[in-house]
Amino acid sequence: MTTVSGAEPFRLEARGVSIRFGNHLALDKVDFGLRAGEVHALLGENGAGKSTLIKILTGAYQPTGGDVLMDGIPMRLANPQDAQVHGIGTVYQEVNLLPNRPVAENLFLGHQPTRFGLVDRRRMDRDARDLLKRYGLEIDPGSELGSHSVAVQQIVAIARAVALSGKVLILDEPTASLDRNEVLRLFEVIAGLKARGLAIVFITHFLDQVFAIADRVTILRNGRLVETRGLDTLTRTDVVRMMLGKDIAFSGATSVETERPATDLLISFKGYGRKRAVQPFDLDIHKGEVIGVAGLLGSGRTEMARTMFGIDPADEGTAEMNGKPVAINDARTAIGLGFGYCPEDRKADGIFGDLSVRENIVIALQGKLGWFSALTRDEQLEIAGKFGEAMDIRAASLDMPIKLLSGGNQQKVILSRWLATDPAFLILDEPTRGIDVGAHAEIVRTINRLREDGLALVVISSELDEVVAYSNRIVVMRDRKLVAELRGDNISPGVIVQAIATHDAAPDAITEGTAP
Amino acid sequence: MKGFPLSRLVNPQLIALIGVLALNWLLFPGFFRVTWQDGRLFGSVIDVLNRGAPVAILAIGMTAVIATKGVDLSVGAVMAVSGAVAATLVVSGYPMPVAVAAALAVGLLCGIWNGILVALLDIQPIIATLVLMVAGRGIAQLITEGSIVTFNDPALVFIGTGSLLGMPMPVVIAAALLVLVTLGVRRTAIGLFIEAVGVNRSAATLAGIKSRVLLMMVYALSGLCAAIAGIIVAADIRGADANNSGLWLELDAILAVVIGGTSLLGGRFSIPMSVLGALIIQAMNTGILVSGFPPEFNLVVKAGMIIAILLIQSPLAAALAARLGRRRRAEK
Amino acid sequence: MKLLTKLAVAAGLATALSTSTMAAGLVVGFSQIGSESGWRAAETSVTKQEAEKRGIDLKFADAQQKQENQIKAIRGFIAQGVQAILVAPVVATGWDDVLGEAKEASIPVVLLDRGIDGPEDLYLTSVASDQVHEGAVAGKWLIDTVGDKPCNIVELEGTVGSSPAINRKKGFDDAVAAVPTLKIIRSQTGDFTRAKGKEVMEGFIKAENGGANICAVYAHNDDMMVGAIQAMKDAGLKPGKDILTVSIDAVPDIFAAIAAGEANATVELTPNMAGPAFDALDAYLKDGTVPQKFIITESKLFTAADDPQGEYDRRKGLGY
Repeated sequence: MTTVSGAEPFRLEARGVSIRFGNHLALDKVDFGLRAGEVHALLGENGAGKSTLIKILTGAYQPTGGDVLMDGIPMRLANPQDAQVHGIGTVYQEVNLLPNRPVAENLFLGHQPTRFGLVDRRRMDRDARDLLKRYGLEIDPGSELGSHSVAVQQIVAIARAVALSGKVLILDEPTASLDRNEVLRLFEVIAGLKARGLAIVFITHFLDQVFAIADRVTILRNGRLVETRGLDTLTRTDVVRMMLGKDIAFSGATSVETERPATDLLISFKGYGRKRAVQPFDLDIHKGEVIGVAGLLGSGRTEMARTMFGIDPADEGTAEMNGKPVAINDARTAIGLGFGYCPEDRKADGIFGDLSVRENIVIALQGKLGWFSALTRDEQLEIAGKFGEAMDIRAASLDMPIKLLSGGNQQKVILSRWLATDPAFLILDEPTRGIDVGAHAEIVRTINRLREDGLALVVISSELDEVVAYSNRIVVMRDRKLVAELRGDNISPGVIVQAIATHDAAPDAITEGTAP
Repeated sequence: MKGFPLSRLVNPQLIALIGVLALNWLLFPGFFRVTWQDGRLFGSVIDVLNRGAPVAILAIGMTAVIATKGVDLSVGAVMAVSGAVAATLVVSGYPMPVAVAAALAVGLLCGIWNGILVALLDIQPIIATLVLMVAGRGIAQLITEGSIVTFNDPALVFIGTGSLLGMPMPVVIAAALLVLVTLGVRRTAIGLFIEAVGVNRSAATLAGIKSRVLLMMVYALSGLCAAIAGIIVAADIRGADANNSGLWLELDAILAVVIGGTSLLGGRFSIPMSVLGALIIQAMNTGILVSGFPPEFNLVVKAGMIIAILLIQSPLAAALAARLGRRRRAEK
Repeated sequence: MKLLTKLAVAAGLATALSTSTMAAGLVVGFSQIGSESGWRAAETSVTKQEAEKRGIDLKFADAQQKQENQIKAIRGFIAQGVQAILVAPVVATGWDDVLGEAKEASIPVVLLDRGIDGPEDLYLTSVASDQVHEGAVAGKWLIDTVGDKPCNIVELEGTVGSSPAINRKKGFDDAVAAVPTLKIIRSQTGDFTRAKGKEVMEGFIKAENGGANICAVYAHNDDMMVGAIQAMKDAGLKPGKDILTVSIDAVPDIFAAIAAGEANATVELTPNMAGPAFDALDAYLKDGTVPQKFIITESKLFTAADDPQGEYDRRKGLGY
């Protein structure tokens, strides 16, 4: 935790802010201090509370506890306009300006210079030209915004935000859709603004960029503040460790058995990849084996899963199942081969909210049986009852809509859905995210049980302790690439963190390396 | 269907239908009089069934489409096309079965066309089916060359005005279709899959359901239903009226589905309830005809009644009823 | 010299061959609304026939129910330098500019079948039927036929709010109101369509004691009457005998019904609006005779005495 040093008050400060959505405490007494003339990175995995904190700082949400202060004075931000009036400007990944209007108009929209009550177009163009020059942009202010690259649009958005607000600039993943040169150009602009004394918050998933431009970093995890520190005192590994979990024990990995007999080989992916999704990877999956997949958000974990399951089919490489080559070009084929997939976004891709628990459980099995071999209601109830009991699904009735269940019970229903198809291979993408402790334990127990039953599993998770606990092997993803495969003694949170953090080490170095 | 609760029979749709019929009876005491004449039943109630049949048939297909979170605006135009095809063919001397088969095939093709736009090209259903809604009527006019193609083929006319066991043929056809399609979706897994795709297409695809094929199928069914309705309407008036056949009936069909309780957001559906919805609409229309109101009030009366019916069905009304019930029990 | 002779010869030939001398060789543009009804299609074919008969070169443009298409077509006619323009306007407003352009180019414009809201000097004349008169003719036929016997009438109206529905109702209702023994007992819209006409008539029959209370039915167009005739037959009634019928338009199908004794009378809305239009243009272009501003076409009554089978055959090919 950072304490106010007294000498230098924060330009923008959040003091002990909390916010609660229903039963969920999204932010728990978080402190955040931003100084004038600094670039302050805000890091955290999905659900850590980054965007919630930003929404509080920009007036989109009102905290249920704590204060937001500007230059030491508490402010009431009822809406984003208030934040702008107080000097806080925000630029999002998706530029939300008007692409079919001229650049000048986009810069001054709502604040156009006027003459006799009419927009003074000539002055507006002149002002725009001057303003853009200060950002190193020599473009025609009369040209359509949409005719320029995303980077230029991004800079125009920044120029507008700074011109309107002037004290604090919040950049929410501005580099996500930029290429390398564009990023450098953006960084020049950011450095210039920093020199002018602006206080800048920088949100990104790219650690390299954080170390390249930020002075300090604040890391959130599960709605709580982990640490605010100067980046000069931190290593990349420290940052990843703080993002992924505070309690990582750097030794004492609970690794499971090691070598698998080759006869147990179930599926073998060779050079398997898909352009713009995941770079070619090799992966052998055995019966009775759990392969953990670790990596930060956006590292290609989910893309790898979707490629294996055929939703976004591979465009290179081969897959073999039981020694025979297979072409997995859609989910149906994958399911036919005995695959199952619990998606990361349960609500968007997993549950059928209005349908009953019973229907949600039998749907994949029915899909496998086809249109004309319908399960009767009694058969459906029997199947749903069997798995509901085995998975300890807490539902008042199997006929109630699944949307009324808790997240953990929904996840158990989706797991049951695949178990009902009698699968050989399951892919679980973040199976324990956002669910209560009891359901969490149940799912981890189920993973272990399924392994003992001889199933092959690939489990993607940000919970390192958990992955380490149930995985026979762990593959680490970074920049859409499988960068390391850990087995045996190497399976420990520390090695994983190092593998994620290392930015240009050869994968082999990690595989062969020893635990720190 | 064991354990079918009696309370499921008491639903807002049935209450609305009974309400509308009762109102008709008040306005026209002879409303429920049914006589046997020339070997068939004859009376206002039979008229409601007979005149309601085309919209009921449209509603059968529309229910499936709406359950997938879609909508088919083209059914009225497809009615015009199929009627035009059937009429033109019998006038050119083809036997009735050929003409009807051709008209049904054309309707099916129209449905498949919509299905391709929606399922394969991922065009929003409202836009995709708008294409045929506009173009279809033009195609029908091309076929009939702008005039009403009048025919007297007794076999084709029988579809519109004949009767079976005392019931008008359109009613017989609609009832048969209702039973066939309802069994077709509920005795197979198709009904569950339609609901799954409507609730969450992405999850349905991940669960191994052939979403695209299913979407193609529901639009094809809707096209087929529209073709059947179009043939009935043409046969009823012994002429294919490309300009007016099925005009605005797509909206009646959508309304029937909504009154029947299927959400426009997709998911849970009930075909029998949609047919009940179509009968409610027709009971209103027939009621207005026999009531003797000046025609200027037709639309206002209809709109008022529809608002009342939708209010009865709203969650608010259900909550109010539940609260009232609780209070009454508490007082006891 | 040579050219002049040729022209003179050609002109002489044309004069000798054509019935209406001046119109021959005339180039006339015709902007039609579309083909939304059988009557409209018949109007188009009659106009073409009339033009052919007079040796007029008719430039035809179908606007497909869109005013912008009509405006485009009229501008095209002006650019081509036609000598006259016929327009069946799809809507009443928005014609001032384009008709002003025609006026500047000294091209006379004749409105067919429908009027416009605008200065009357924008067009030479307008040829249309008198819809109120049509209703009155139908009413008069019924009065003459029924005599002083009491008669309950049911009325199938056109689309609510449309001008033919309003006018045809007014003409008929006013005529019938003068005779106390005639009474309109029910009136409901059949939207000008056969299907609705049938449905409404079914309702009337049920509501009026199986049709026993009904002495006559008046429909604002023949299509609705064709539907109503089917409804009467389905109910076991004999249209034309048990219940008298009179309707308006004179489309082929009503003549078939009259020939079969299932309908009694129809009032013609002639599809020949172009004939009077060409006559007026002819006189105007020959010696500047300005026609009257509103030319009213005849509303002729047809009954079983007027060779219905012959009328049916004559009209069948016109595109009704």
